[in-house]
Amino acid sequence: MNRRTAQLLATVAGAALLLPGCTGTGGSSEGADAKAPDDPAKVSGTITVLTVRTDLVQDGTMKKYAAEFNKTYPKVKVEFQALTNYEAEIKIRMNTDDYGDVLLIPAVIKKDDYPKFFASLGTRAERSRKYRFTDFTTVGGKVYGQSPVGVMPGFVYNKRVWKEAGVTAWPATPAEFLAGLKAIKAKTDAIPYYTNFAAQWPLTSWTYVDGSVHCDPKATTRLAEGDPWAKGADLRVGDTLLYDIVEQGLAEKDPTTSNWEQSKPRTAKGEIATQWLGTWAIIQFQDAARKAGVNPDDIGFMPFPAKTDGAFCATVGPDYHQAVNVHSPHKEAARAWIDWFTDKSGYDKDNLAISPLKSAPMPEVLKPYEEAGVRLVELDDSAGAKVKSIDDRSEVGIYKPDYRQDLVDLARGARKGSLDDFLGGLGEKWTEARKNVGR
Amino acid sequence: MAHAHPRTPGQEAGNAAVRERAVQHASRRAGPEPAPRRTRAWRLLTPWLFLLAPLALLITFTYAPIANMVAYSFTDWDGVSPELHYTGAENYAEIFTREDLFQVFWVSGYYLAASVIQIVAALYFATILSFSVRFRNFFKGVLFFPSLVNGVAIGFVFLYFFQDGGTLDTVLGLFGHHTDHAWLGTPVSANVSLAGVSVWRYLGMNFVLFLGAIQSVPAELYEAAELDGAARWHQFRHIILPGIRPVLTLTVILSVSGSLSAFEIPYIMTGGATGTETFVIQTVKLAFQFNKTGLASAAAVVLLLIILLVTWVQRRLVPDDRVDLV
Repeated sequence: MNRRTAQLLATVAGAALLLPGCTGTGGSSEGADAKAPDDPAKVSGTITVLTVRTDLVQDGTMKKYAAEFNKTYPKVKVEFQALTNYEAEIKIRMNTDDYGDVLLIPAVIKKDDYPKFFASLGTRAERSRKYRFTDFTTVGGKVYGQSPVGVMPGFVYNKRVWKEAGVTAWPATPAEFLAGLKAIKAKTDAIPYYTNFAAQWPLTSWTYVDGSVHCDPKATTRLAEGDPWAKGADLRVGDTLLYDIVEQGLAEKDPTTSNWEQSKPRTAKGEIATQWLGTWAIIQFQDAARKAGVNPDDIGFMPFPAKTDGAFCATVGPDYHQAVNVHSPHKEAARAWIDWFTDKSGYDKDNLAISPLKSAPMPEVLKPYEEAGVRLVELDDSAGAKVKSIDDRSEVGIYKPDYRQDLVDLARGARKGSLDDFLGGLGEKWTEARKNVGR
Repeated sequence: MAHAHPRTPGQEAGNAAVRERAVQHASRRAGPEPAPRRTRAWRLLTPWLFLLAPLALLITFTYAPIANMVAYSFTDWDGVSPELHYTGAENYAEIFTREDLFQVFWVSGYYLAASVIQIVAALYFATILSFSVRFRNFFKGVLFFPSLVNGVAIGFVFLYFFQDGGTLDTVLGLFGHHTDHAWLGTPVSANVSLAGVSVWRYLGMNFVLFLGAIQSVPAELYEAAELDGAARWHQFRHIILPGIRPVLTLTVILSVSGSLSAFEIPYIMTGGATGTETFVIQTVKLAFQFNKTGLASAAAVVLLLIILLVTWVQRRLVPDDRVDLV
């Protein structure tokens, strides 16, 4: 290597090492606001809306929303981009300035960084009068996102199968629930419970047991302050139920090759009795029933089998929050879309979901909930960011499928060890990481 | 990365052009005479001009990302935040002090064992099909076909294949063997199944390499050997095997590094569940699930070093001799 080549190589290597310094977004637009437009007729521009609803973009439903939107805002052109693997793709795009005008706030962004990536939608004080879930995206008194729907975790089940098994009332304890599943196994041909192990993400819904067990709005804060798998803690109760279901042979025979898409019509037809998912799933299962030519009314929804002061509890939480890109040149138009989509699009009703508007009534599907007097708990998210950083640091992954997959493996004997040791190990990792997350 | 960069055609053409021009000069002016300064400068520059495009590509897509990765490995970057802190060798210290991060290398054992089977099978088929066999080209096609299919598609197809009551169970049932086996159900069975898929997938590639090498052995050698009364086994043992030794060594090196960095098939089929997590899956999870891009970069650097080390040891054990059959 002569001197010139050495110099060239050194320059290249040096330039490459400097590159990481260029990551991230310039701070120039930090702290910008996306104000609601005063006159709908004057807002103009083309905005790109990022979404995870690939299905709605493909079947033209999103186009219909856009057409409806244009009746109020004629000069705004709305384009959609559906990302199939949202979290992974958006993370890479957010290293540039070009990540759409309206996007869903990905989990990876630290809450404190919201002002660097998103334009604010207004103050918390002002927005929380009208909307639910505002504290989930509040940084420094300002709100950075709004979820268009509220979701509630729960068991999607086939009413007909449960009735055939002789269970008509919702089980009120995990033991009663297991007894119900056993009756289904004994008296019907259905698989009592389906884990959807292979699709991975359905297992993460089990984390949303948190708060339902003890009817505690501060459940998230307790994750940040204690051991989530201590005796009697919500996650321990939920994970133990999942373990027992699998261990007692009440789940599908071979979880490793389970199939999410097939599980929908199979549940509708009564081949599968129960799955722990959320209200968002109801409409998909009803559609699957219609396509399979069976009665969509067989799809039922029930809360976690636990009662506090004689009442079932269910947590209401936000879905993805929509936010405005801080670099967007059309912030007013983007804001207009978010407001319209949240208030007037009817997206929540189309999905049989809970409206983010405090004034809106509960959806029809949750009638049985009202009749049974289920208490709705809105979780306080002030410690949400801390929980996420403990989760990342400990590599436990309560919002990730891995540890639940291990739990299922443990329960069906594909992994050695006892449940107590397993949950104890998680608790140890969690509390160890909690000590190091001071911020 | 050990990136053997082939000499580009552009480079050769450039040299030829320069040489030709030099010859023309010489013939016109009768007698060597130093070319003017500008021509000389151009002559020095020309090969570099031809190299510009490949070098730019190589640097942009190979060396810059690697340099970047190495730089990230000394930080605590989470992959998206504008803030990142230099943490020194902390990530490396973490990797080497956490034994759970290295346990996943046991899984590579399954892929190593599978690649032995793969190489032997590929060698067997390549040898047989290099002699005149009926439907020779058809069988070549059949063996090579899996290499053409997209890896993601293969993953999904084999998920159905291993399903409870899926293709494999049905086929076994045809032969009167009614199993009730969850193929991806236990760590051993799952890893064996996945390694089997990887053999299916990469056999064709090895086969083609071997076939090419075998066919470059001069045909007279076989004739001479046959006249001397050598059977097929002797021909294989004394002509083919030494004849293709460089390719064989290369394949072994590729198989070892491939086994250490197995990713695609287990990631799509099981996502690393039930004890099928490989080192690369673990790295991807660190980077994209737990947002520890810094730590994941360090893990990637460590894997790179391990592979380089293994390759170096292999080259020391089996030096790349010149093939000298005649």
